[in-house]
Amino acid sequence: MTLTTQPPVETPPAVRARRARRAASFSPSWWFAVPALLVYAGVVLYPSIVGVFYAFTDWSGIGEGKSFVGLANFRAILGDEQVMGSLGNTLLLTVAILVVQNGVGLLLALGVHAKLKSRTLLRVIFFSPVVVSPVMVAFLWKYVYTPDPSAGLNGLLGLDIDWLGDPSVALWSIAGMVVWQYAGYSMVIFLAGLEGVPKELHEAAMIDGAGTLQRFRYVTWPLLAPALTINLMLSTIGGLKLFDQVFAATNGGPGYATETLSTVLYKQAFVYGKFGYSTAIALVLALFVAAVSLVQIYYLRSREVAQ
Amino acid sequence: MRSRTFLLEIVMIAVAVAFLFPVYALVTLSLKSPDQISQTPLSLPNPPTTANFTEAWSAAALGPSLMNSTLITVASLIALIALGSFAAYFLARTATRLGYGLYILFLLGIVLPFQLGMIPLYELVSDLGLIGTHAGMIIFYTGVQMPFTIFLYTGFIRALPREYASAAQIDGASHLTAFTKVVFPLLRPITGTVLILNAVFIWNDFFTPLLYLGGSGFETIPVSVFAFVGQYVSDYGLVFAGLVLGALPIVVVFLVLQKYVIKGFSSGLKG
Repeated sequence: MTLTTQPPVETPPAVRARRARRAASFSPSWWFAVPALLVYAGVVLYPSIVGVFYAFTDWSGIGEGKSFVGLANFRAILGDEQVMGSLGNTLLLTVAILVVQNGVGLLLALGVHAKLKSRTLLRVIFFSPVVVSPVMVAFLWKYVYTPDPSAGLNGLLGLDIDWLGDPSVALWSIAGMVVWQYAGYSMVIFLAGLEGVPKELHEAAMIDGAGTLQRFRYVTWPLLAPALTINLMLSTIGGLKLFDQVFAATNGGPGYATETLSTVLYKQAFVYGKFGYSTAIALVLALFVAAVSLVQIYYLRSREVAQ
Repeated sequence: MRSRTFLLEIVMIAVAVAFLFPVYALVTLSLKSPDQISQTPLSLPNPPTTANFTEAWSAAALGPSLMNSTLITVASLIALIALGSFAAYFLARTATRLGYGLYILFLLGIVLPFQLGMIPLYELVSDLGLIGTHAGMIIFYTGVQMPFTIFLYTGFIRALPREYASAAQIDGASHLTAFTKVVFPLLRPITGTVLILNAVFIWNDFFTPLLYLGGSGFETIPVSVFAFVGQYVSDYGLVFAGLVLGALPIVVVFLVLQKYVIKGFSSGLKG
């Protein structure tokens, strides 16, 4: 048997160049993003940029002229009882929803995380309102909140409260229906977090003599940080933008008691025709949403890292 | 330990029963006559009547609305998945500054409330003659949900090995073929999440269809139900039959696919 040693084959330059081109071309080219960008730019970016411009004009209706008025709209907002009231309502609602929805969501998650026979059914029940249109949920709750003392929630609990008609109660009633609809959403996100907590950690803590509460505080809670981040972000942004439920249940009433930024800017545009002013309110809303998101991302990320 | 679990089970079932009270009110009232509603609002319907349902179905125009909602949702989902996964493939694989800037530009859309562009967009849609059309709504949802769709796809593709596509390309496949034949099938789990989250959002969206489709005859279910309730506001049995029928399609789909829907909602936002 003879071994013929062949000289190493020189790769011809043309082949090398082709290979290099191919390697670079393994990364998809930029035009993959163009169709998505075009639709996104047309529907979101361009209108939002024009919106920022409108916020500084006095435009009051399609076809009417618009002139630049500087900060006049924003000065008007500061003196507008309805808008400032709606800003206060929006913040109160957001905080109430944030705290209660996540508190309830966490308790539900802890409950159905245990080895219950009915756990799957319970999860489905608590989650089901999430998939229904908020407008329909609001109409349902409008009846649950009927002032009639023999029907709805009053009839069930033996109360006599005008849930949506009493200005001092109405805002909290709205928060209640939002929590009822979305507690299940918080629940499933917390559940995903709970399922990610290794059993070994609990066993180790148990061997060290930790009780249920201690194990929750020192083992489960720190590991729920990512789920908490997502939940707080979702409920804050949802609360700040709240529109459908209020529009369907009270339309901002009684008086301005449940008016939110979204319902006020809707009315300013489509009831009073003040397009410039309405967009200025929308810009305020956008700044709140952006500021809150940034603060939350920053704060909660640092907490995740610290633990 | 076992008795504690049992106790917890009892407590959780009690909570679930209380939680379902509004649903109990919804279903029982929809099966009652106006007299029963005013006299015995909380008891079971005796005898139950289905008159509300037949009347609500035609009065709320739920048949046509179901068609409109289905058409708009399905077409928007196809556009979102096709364009979104395509763009995300570039955004996830590129190392250029352009690619990163573009990604941030898309993410901006998640935070931006749509109200900021609400009026300029209305002008644009109106200038293009798309008010009161299915096409207008489909383009709207494709644009408005694109940031979120791209966010989900990009995160998923980044965690996917590059070698699958490279191997196909060494074998002579073009970018397009490598993507459609090799990469896209690997995206199935995240495509499911994208599908579920966007479907629930689009199906239930209210404000924009109210603005663009109100009075056009092409209303989606939430808009039709809204108009219907406004018209029959004091007739609770009829209104509630309308709500039951309006909510039924998505609730049935949810119950059939509950495992996937809950998974989609709980996993899709990790990031």
